[in-house]
Amino acid sequence: MLKEDCASELKVHLAKSLPLPSNVNRPRIDLIVFVVNLHSQHSLRNVEESLHHVDASFFLGKVSFLATGAGQESHCSVHRNTVVKLAHTYRSPLLFCDLEVEGFRTTMAQRLVRMLQICAGHVPGVSALNLLSLLRSTENPSLEDL
Amino acid sequence: MDETVAEFFRRTILKIPITEMMTVLKAWDFLSENHLQTVNFRQRKESLVQDLVLLCEEKRASLNDAALLDIIYTQFHRHQKVWDVFQMSRRPGEDIDLFDMEQFKSSFKKILQRALKNVTVSFRDTEENAVWIRIAWGTQYRKPNQYKPVYVVYYSQTPYAFVASSLLKSNLPLLGQALTVASKHHQIVKMDLRSRYLDSLKAIVFKQYNQNFETHNSTTPLQERSLGLDINIVDSRIIHENRVEKERIQRVTQEIFGDYPQPRLEFAQYKLETKFKSDLNRGILAEREEPLRCLVKFSSPHLLEALKSLAPAGIADAPLSPLLTCIPNKGMNYFKIRDK
Repeated sequence: MLKEDCASELKVHLAKSLPLPSNVNRPRIDLIVFVVNLHSQHSLRNVEESLHHVDASFFLGKVSFLATGAGQESHCSVHRNTVVKLAHTYRSPLLFCDLEVEGFRTTMAQRLVRMLQICAGHVPGVSALNLLSLLRSTENPSLEDL
Repeated sequence: MDETVAEFFRRTILKIPITEMMTVLKAWDFLSENHLQTVNFRQRKESLVQDLVLLCEEKRASLNDAALLDIIYTQFHRHQKVWDVFQMSRRPGEDIDLFDMEQFKSSFKKILQRALKNVTVSFRDTEENAVWIRIAWGTQYRKPNQYKPVYVVYYSQTPYAFVASSLLKSNLPLLGQALTVASKHHQIVKMDLRSRYLDSLKAIVFKQYNQNFETHNSTTPLQERSLGLDINIVDSRIIHENRVEKERIQRVTQEIFGDYPQPRLEFAQYKLETKFKSDLNRGILAEREEPLRCLVKFSSPHLLEALKSLAPAGIADAPLSPLLTCIPNKGMNYFKIRDK
């Protein structure tokens, strides 16, 4: 993501779980991406636990889920539907990307940077909430069936 | 040439992959350069093998020559066998004469031949004062079966011998006895250590695994490095929230596993004979007097490297259980765990 050209100053905080250590000063967080590794139940559980520590206001477009590892079906111990349901429960978009593949990684990084710019309010005319409703209507038409 | 010997030659040569054929035959050194030049190595494998067998017949190759070729093939393909480790010991205070390889070989062979009339024993010396021994077993009435041999690799300056498991378990005591007596030891014990990777077993048993200080990378798993998650990369725009914890994990992992590549094992097996302990009161298993019998087996293409990357990958807490980390130190990968 840092390799992308971006007019604003971009910082990435990496954490293996939430809550974050509280004794640190941090700039405002504009986007939280929860990465779930479909090969690991541990990863899913970790994300589920961490979600409880997120303030409700983030779920208005500033949270996204990223599932990796779907390409290697035989290694998946978390079912695709499980993350779909999770994203639906939290009303947030779900992206699939095999992070280990360079090409996919670059594309996903570009998407995330664009999303981040919108969530940070750096794109005039589009807010995080706008983006959320846009993503919902085009990407998840069958969510109502779940 | 005897038909069975010719067939043995044919099958042995057939096993050798074409890409290795020249190398193996040269190592065998029975057919000279000139001989080999008369053979067309570009033809189909079956025809090539036939030509080579005919050549061997012409040169009056014996069963022993064939056995030697088999040893060389196995040396090139040692990973195809599963190796057990045996440790010999002497009585305390026993005199240790200078080791004589020829005497050992002749003594070893005699012991086996006295016990079993039909046995084929072949030797090949290798570096580090080691000898590869190939034994084809027969019985009092049957000729040796050349297709189920046992291999022993004995390092003469050490009390250790590595044995490629054979299906014929009944011959193991005799083999043990022959090894012990011929090498002037008193006792032989099978260690709880087994793997396909002979060189790794050697490294563990001779304590040589921690001496390779080549530029082996830090304990950051390969995955993290390629995704740019390595905490050692300094980019001020990436903030690792759990830096302190991550550094602690790296430190602990390095203390336990060191900076060097781990010896290669494929599994670790724990046989539990302990009583079931449970936090939940009155579980169905909790009230039993007898120990719960349970077998836990960890498998991996490279078990120790996998264990090493568990904590940095966030899948396990550091430090790992000593039952897992003691494997190279104790030279065991089979454990029996009982209540104290």
